[in-house]
Amino acid sequence: MTKNDLLSLIIGEVLDDGMELTLADLCKACQLPAERVIEFVEQGVVEAQGNSPSHWRFQSVSIRRLRCARHLQHDLGINAAGAALALDLLEEVQRLRQKLRRFEQ
Amino acid sequence: MEYKDYYTIMGVERDATQDEIKRAYRRLARKYHPDVSDQPDAEARFKELGEAYEVLKDPEKRTAYDQLGANWRAGQEFNPPPDWDQGFEFHGGGFTGADAEQFSDFFSSLFGQGGFDAGPAAGYGRREFHAHGQDTHAKILIELEDAYHGATKTLTLKHSELGADGRPVIKERMLNVRIPKGVRQGQHIRLAKQGGAGIGSGEAGDLYLEVEFQPHRFYHVEEKDVFVDLPVTPWEAAMGAVISVPTPAGKVELKVPPNSSGGRKLRLKNRGIPAKTPGDLYVVLQIALPKAETEAERSAYAEFKQAFDFNPRTSLGI
Repeated sequence: MTKNDLLSLIIGEVLDDGMELTLADLCKACQLPAERVIEFVEQGVVEAQGNSPSHWRFQSVSIRRLRCARHLQHDLGINAAGAALALDLLEEVQRLRQKLRRFEQ
Repeated sequence: MEYKDYYTIMGVERDATQDEIKRAYRRLARKYHPDVSDQPDAEARFKELGEAYEVLKDPEKRTAYDQLGANWRAGQEFNPPPDWDQGFEFHGGGFTGADAEQFSDFFSSLFGQGGFDAGPAAGYGRREFHAHGQDTHAKILIELEDAYHGATKTLTLKHSELGADGRPVIKERMLNVRIPKGVRQGQHIRLAKQGGAGIGSGEAGDLYLEVEFQPHRFYHVEEKDVFVDLPVTPWEAAMGAVISVPTPAGKVELKVPPNSSGGRKLRLKNRGIPAKTPGDLYVVLQIALPKAETEAERSAYAEFKQAFDFNPRTSLGI
């Protein structure tokens, strides 16, 4: 018997686009206090549906963007507005890189 | 343990000013930031840089480091002289770095692991403390086929823990994880209570796995849709044909309509990544031209020329 057989199988839950996160979910997943998340929402790092923080709902892609923004802030000293811009540009670069790789094949 | 040349890592001279060091750090940090750079060794470079900056930005540590002398070369076997830090007083518990437990042995032999968060356990005995464990994040690389069929993956995660002697140790743990059918690039799978351990009777945090597809030899993926380039012969494209096409779920027969041009996209509905509304598979036709090598092949092209009155350059006005 290999070691793998001894491990129990863990079944997780996929956070897909259909699933919406609350402000509390997002704070927990990104280890950020609500004030920081609210600032990131105000600066356009992530988009919230709904008209007040207690009604806000987020798509799961927000987790990645928020974590990335937090890293950029911490490591490069970028403010929230700058992080929002950097994220948009990074996503654009990634899209273009993907396209370029296709043409280079 | 190997000596680390923090000045070379930062790309500055040994007599660089604090301002120069700060500027060098900012420039290199932007270049190697793992969220920004697409270089494969970016993460390792960034960590190394963080460590170098941690020492050089702090005049106390920098002076102590300089005292080791300039004759060391990076990678050289190194043991700190027993009294090397005599006469130095490090403030703020040794150092103040955030992710200090990830620094090298070289670093910790000089400056210790004082920044490691001993956590509330340090105050044990006085009052009980309970807290949720931290949520943790990791990436998981899967094959595109796994998203079609579902799969089971074993992954090894590293984390640091406080050992019996109070120093952090790197521990590995293996997890067997179910990859559900229909996951997509960039999605997160949340594994409840597989994150950092709780404190006291607090529950463990959750582990978030970010899904990433291994680059595939011939498929590429955009959201739920999958694309494949399909080479076809000129006669298949011109006269139409039924051709076998690979899909991540197995081969299918595709009807190529007559007079298809190169680059034409044919959609196989619902054969992209499975979901409630599945993605589509797009077959992009690439017309492959055979070389004319034998006499028969050359005459076939000659007949071709005879039969057509075809100028592909009309749009260039010639």
